[in-house]
Amino acid sequence: MQNQTIYALSTVFGKSGVAVIRVSGSQAIDAIKNLTNIDTKNIKPRYAYFCNIKNKEQTLDKSLVLYFKAPHSFTGEDLVEFQVHGSRAVISSVMYALSEIENFRLAEPGEFSKRAFYNQKMDLTEAEGLADLIDAETSEQQKYAIRQMEGGLKNLYDGWRSTLLQILAHLEAYIDFPDEDIPSDIISDMQNTVFKLVSDIQKHLDDNSVGERLREGFRVVIVGPPNAGKSSLLNTIVNREAVIVSDIEGTTRDAIDIHLDLGGYPVIFTDTAGLRQTGEVIEQKGIEIAYSKTEQADLVICLFDASKDSVQVFDNTAKTFKNKALFVANKSDKLTFEQCSLLQKEGCLVISAKNRDSIQCLFSAIENKIKSRFSSGSSILLTRSRYREALKNTVLNLENFGFDKEIELTAEDIRLAARELGKITGRIEVDEILDKIFGSFCIGK
Amino acid sequence: MQNICFDVIVVGGGHAGCEACAAAARVGAKTLLITHKKSTIGEMSCNPAIGGLGKGHLVREIDALGGLMAQVIDKAGIQFRMLNASKGPAVRGPRAQADRDLYKKYMQEALISQKNLTILEDAVEGLFFDGNILGGVVLQDGTTIKAKTIILTSGTFLNGIMFIGHQTSIGGRVGDVSCSGITPYLKNKGLKIGRLKTGTPARLDGKTINWNILDVQSGDDVPQPFSFLTEKITNPQINCHITHTNEKTHQIIRDNFSKCALFSGLITGIGPRYCPSIEDKLVKFADRTSHQIFLEPEGLNTDVVYPNGISTSLPADVQEQFIHTMKGLENVDIIRPAYAIEYDYVDPQELDNRLSVKKIPNLFLAGQINGTTGYEEAAAQGLVAGVNAALVSMGRKDVFTIDRSEGYIGVMIDDLITKGVDEPYRMFTSRSEYRLFLRADNADMRLTEKGWQIGCVDENRYSVFKEKKTKIDAFRDFAKSQNVKFSDLQSMGIEISHDTSKRSAYNLMSYHDVSRETIKQIWPDISNVETSVYEQVEIEARYSGYIKRQLADIEVFKKDENLHLQENIDYSQIGGLSREMVAKLSKVKPSTIGEASRIPGVTPAAITAILGYVKK
Repeated sequence: MQNQTIYALSTVFGKSGVAVIRVSGSQAIDAIKNLTNIDTKNIKPRYAYFCNIKNKEQTLDKSLVLYFKAPHSFTGEDLVEFQVHGSRAVISSVMYALSEIENFRLAEPGEFSKRAFYNQKMDLTEAEGLADLIDAETSEQQKYAIRQMEGGLKNLYDGWRSTLLQILAHLEAYIDFPDEDIPSDIISDMQNTVFKLVSDIQKHLDDNSVGERLREGFRVVIVGPPNAGKSSLLNTIVNREAVIVSDIEGTTRDAIDIHLDLGGYPVIFTDTAGLRQTGEVIEQKGIEIAYSKTEQADLVICLFDASKDSVQVFDNTAKTFKNKALFVANKSDKLTFEQCSLLQKEGCLVISAKNRDSIQCLFSAIENKIKSRFSSGSSILLTRSRYREALKNTVLNLENFGFDKEIELTAEDIRLAARELGKITGRIEVDEILDKIFGSFCIGK
Repeated sequence: MQNICFDVIVVGGGHAGCEACAAAARVGAKTLLITHKKSTIGEMSCNPAIGGLGKGHLVREIDALGGLMAQVIDKAGIQFRMLNASKGPAVRGPRAQADRDLYKKYMQEALISQKNLTILEDAVEGLFFDGNILGGVVLQDGTTIKAKTIILTSGTFLNGIMFIGHQTSIGGRVGDVSCSGITPYLKNKGLKIGRLKTGTPARLDGKTINWNILDVQSGDDVPQPFSFLTEKITNPQINCHITHTNEKTHQIIRDNFSKCALFSGLITGIGPRYCPSIEDKLVKFADRTSHQIFLEPEGLNTDVVYPNGISTSLPADVQEQFIHTMKGLENVDIIRPAYAIEYDYVDPQELDNRLSVKKIPNLFLAGQINGTTGYEEAAAQGLVAGVNAALVSMGRKDVFTIDRSEGYIGVMIDDLITKGVDEPYRMFTSRSEYRLFLRADNADMRLTEKGWQIGCVDENRYSVFKEKKTKIDAFRDFAKSQNVKFSDLQSMGIEISHDTSKRSAYNLMSYHDVSRETIKQIWPDISNVETSVYEQVEIEARYSGYIKRQLADIEVFKKDENLHLQENIDYSQIGGLSREMVAKLSKVKPSTIGEASRIPGVTPAAITAILGYVKK
């Protein structure tokens, strides 16, 4: 399998200025041999050739061709890149020509980065950053994926881990070499170092899950009584010139998720249909369930029919949304100007889903809410819940740390914390600790 | 003897060889030990001490498996100290200074009285192969002795070269010849051979040391034995003393760097970092103006003193000069100068977890030949190799392996065979990820049953163990079942946090500030519990939260250890493995997924790929 050469379109299929087709594997050079007139014996790596791309019968396109020689390529293997014009016909014909070369096959999703990972071109965090990049649906996502791939997170976590290993080395030296004169004053600094580390990690964790939201999308849930215009609002949103990524049936019968790109951020709108104020027990239960959906929401749009109801219809429920609520008065087309400005004074956004009045204002308001959540996070955002889990465990172990118990238990706290961080970047420990011990102390009677 | 085919031949009578031949004989194999000199069997070539951190754990484990070392040092020890006594039980390490002559004497006695064991004084100069199969050893006069399995425990003797300054001499130890005949056979079979070095300090004449002006380091008031079978230490106990190097010492050493074998490039082997020569210390820690030196007497009836901390490869006259700069040693006579020694070792990645050579399945290696340092490390390997060689030679299908969750022996062997060595390997407690569970105090609870099952533990030891275990289990059950009301504790003046209305005895035992006396007051029956039994349960209670987690980790670990990999896997056929991964895995040939994951540089992604392949 490894010796098979893979190819794939690295850009989006469809009409675009340039499309990039990548070929990776030991026989990647065959792609150039078969599709161009370039002299492959004397080809210069990392040099852009401008030439015709052809199959057996005819010329298919004019293209830039680049050759990267192993191991100095993205995958660590021989790699060829064709930059062709982004038309469906060209892309299809070039891909077809590649498929006809012996031992070539279409790459599986993520296979390029997988090969790069196997060839130690990146570690786990970098690889996952890359996977996100491949999946990047929006420009903001891409920005963070790139930052992560460049090792922002890796450097941060490695730094923390190295601090922990230094502490552990001191403790272990103190444990394993009781007859040696290990300076004891180091111990007193440890507490402060750990304390600071815990606070750093907590700050990092306390980013309102923005990183994960960037990957998965911000959840906006629309609630309100029936006939408030939720469906029309959703339709209006859908019909807007936004890029609709998908519309997936929700797990509950009446909920529908709509994925949108809003100012570069991925946003998922969820409609919780069927909310009604009722005295009936069963219906009341249904309402509770629907409202519970709002718990996971980043923003709750409280929509009401301003021609019929007032914002007070949410009096009983709004407090559970805390500061996530955005009150929106619908059907402004049925209101007078005075009524509208009164609602605005009450803090409501006044729209008409039907006439698309002020829809742009609604989008801006949502965008602002999202942006305000960003500003509280640190510059390097957490993008994987796996990291969050490991970091939380790190903090948990560090919170146990102290010198009020046996020293081997103190060491165990640090060791477990370091191991959690190591889970993210995937490193080994004992030898590193010993290296630090022998690097820091004069050991050996 | 030429007409006999032995089950097991052990080559070398050092610490690995002694345990190897004794273990093989205990299991029931017809065993021959071949050694250069019967009189040096069990020789302590360097430091006259057994145990220490991690090392003491190994000695207890050897004892739990019926080995000799613990009982011998209990008889030969002249200063017992429990290292880290002020720290928790998991990191306490028993250590004892030995009377060098007594140690040899009791070790030799133990071997002579061992059933199934013959000792031959001769030099092995080669191996002979019956076709492709290793068939026995060749002695220096050319005669051959046949055996079904062979254990090499050659220590520093394979192509040993000694250095004192620029002076070199060939030998395995001062006064002993080296062996050049065996290495070529191993190389021929494609084994990777390397060079390592070690050293031993000068020996001083105690009569010429000014003891009165030196700091004293004394042993424990109540010496604690190594062996689970020893009741009491009866030897008289002695003191050690401490002196220090000073700026003058350092100046002399620095002025003579060019004369030292290490820096002039004569020695190519790598030495142990934790046992650095004094010149190494000076280079690495240039800002330190003093290092402590322990003066350890080598016995009760000798004046020879071992100065722990100044091993060196400087010439004899320079040694004399710098030693004389130290307090108390101003007029000391040097009996024998320090020397460094360089020797062949086999890359332990050539071995499996029974210490059998993968390319020569009936050959086993133990001790320094595997790149380790230390008597205890050697002895522990000797025991494992001895048992397994016996099993193979007797046609038994079972194997004797210890994994990382069962003992330090397992940690060591796993480290050796998965990671190889780039310097002589020494045990530390920090090498064990299950340190709180793998304690020196519970080595018998962890291993004696296993040893009994395989046949290297005798009936006497097993019955002692069974009795202790029964008592511990009974007391643990009792302690967990007995409860006291919180209000009663309060009225007794015991201050603990109030989160439940009642506490069990087991729970109370985990508190530092609740003394054994208090607990006995609440439950008078506990006064009848033996101290060793009480202590075991107390330690468990103290560590309970952490140990619970370690046991959970061990469960996960065991899952990977139970995923066996066929030896004949063609790693190049597994999709997604880089050439480098394929090379590493093909070299080590891990026997489990767990082992594979511990090979340095093997990534989680590679493990996933292997898993995927194997599950297919």
